[in-house]
Amino acid sequence: MTKPNLGSSLRRLIAGRRRADRVVPPSGHTATLTTLTSAAMAFLAVFALALSIATGRLADRWSQALTRTATVRISAPPEQMQAQTKKVLDVLKTTPGVSAARVMEPDEIKRLLEPWLGPDLPVDALPLPQLVEVAETPEGVDGPGLQLRLQAEAPGAILDDHLRWRQPLVSSASRVRILGLLSLALIGGATAALITLATQAALAANGQVIRTLRLVGARDGYIARAFVRRFTIRAFMGALAGTALGMAAIALLPAAAPEGGFLTGLGFTGIEWGWPLLLPILAALVAFLSTLAAAFQTLRTVR
Amino acid sequence: MIEFHDLSLGYSGRVLMSGVTLKLMPGSFHFLTGPSGSGKTSLLKLCYGELKATSGRVEVFGQDIGAMARDQVALIRRRIGIVHQDCQFLDHLPMAENITLPLEVAGQVADARAMDELLAWVGLSGQARALPPQLSGGERQRAALARAVMGAPDIILADEPTGNVDWEMSQRLLRLMTELNRMGKTVVVATHDLNLIRVAKSQVAARVLRIQGGRVQLAGADL
Repeated sequence: MTKPNLGSSLRRLIAGRRRADRVVPPSGHTATLTTLTSAAMAFLAVFALALSIATGRLADRWSQALTRTATVRISAPPEQMQAQTKKVLDVLKTTPGVSAARVMEPDEIKRLLEPWLGPDLPVDALPLPQLVEVAETPEGVDGPGLQLRLQAEAPGAILDDHLRWRQPLVSSASRVRILGLLSLALIGGATAALITLATQAALAANGQVIRTLRLVGARDGYIARAFVRRFTIRAFMGALAGTALGMAAIALLPAAAPEGGFLTGLGFTGIEWGWPLLLPILAALVAFLSTLAAAFQTLRTVR
Repeated sequence: MIEFHDLSLGYSGRVLMSGVTLKLMPGSFHFLTGPSGSGKTSLLKLCYGELKATSGRVEVFGQDIGAMARDQVALIRRRIGIVHQDCQFLDHLPMAENITLPLEVAGQVADARAMDELLAWVGLSGQARALPPQLSGGERQRAALARAVMGAPDIILADEPTGNVDWEMSQRLLRLMTELNRMGKTVVVATHDLNLIRVAKSQVAARVLRIQGGRVQLAGADL
């Protein structure tokens, strides 16, 4: 048996020969099944890809937005508040890794609390803590060291480097991204399995064709190519349609908005729209390899 | 051309033939006869490598066909024209494409004039565009013979080529095969039709091999 060489097989497949293709009878339900399967799988793959990309983007955004900032919260009696705030600012000025520090205005604090306590918040009447926003240099600050210094200088000051709630969020987003990629792999595997089954069914249904071709001196490669080309083209066309539908569905989703939460961010932006276009090529490759393997496996049993 | 060396063949514990040693010379004409199930078809299949011997070996063109890989067997088959008992056509292709199939799989292009001459030779000039199911039994057998000779093979193996046709058509097919033999082809015809063999012996120097009881013997004057 001549071992299938991927490079030369692909070249021959693409070049093709219309006459050679005709030796396999016109498509039956297996070929239609291949097209539909590829279309459905590509449609799902577009969503898995969108999910993966969106969660990746989200994880990066959360991570980047929160990594370089920290907050110092000062809870002190009103008469000590100003003094402790000044000490905190002095400590921050001499702390390596701090690029800027500023006291947040009452209006800013009011805006932060608005979503929870409503717009008519009497900020002046409430014993709210003083907040100091800290911007870090790329090297970052030594969190535990800074906390110790703050406690020594201003006992009411607590450093919040956002790590406590940033880490689970980033971790969750990363896991969802992995799930998206895993879904893509599963979709690819399922597509390969279904196309293999469809090819095996087609080969079994065309036993007479194979025996006749053998009788007149056809080699394995000739017979396999006739089936491989047909199923690869079907898978590619199906995946192309499925991808187009999937991309259209993604495009029709509501646009991302800050208040929209995670789901409205599901989609592609800019160059990301190029990723789904790889799906039909991948589907064709999966179909090519699975059909080639199925064809040679079947041909081994027919001498 | 074809040599059997102490060949045995068996299926699932049953010995179909054993101790077969024979040599078919180039340009010879042989009939292979024997009762149904005696192994005529199997013997032909051993010649073109569809079956492998249980022991012993079959040499075709000086090569042990049983030891060959499938693709090598395919190349050997391009030098053998096979007329199968049930013809084995691709029913969705017109006769012209079926007949040129040996050239197609070999990557060659059929010459239109040669094709016309071949169809005229087997009396199927008007049937080039017909599909196999549209032909009668005799026409299918003649088309199968045309396909067998399309690739200019050295050997013609015919398995019951007159099995499903009337006497007149049997004689016509026989004439075609004797003509091929006169052109230098080695011909082996498996048949249970003794009348056909008797007629053939008046036309060509044919030898008759009889398979009986798992042995292949040269038949004598009793035919």
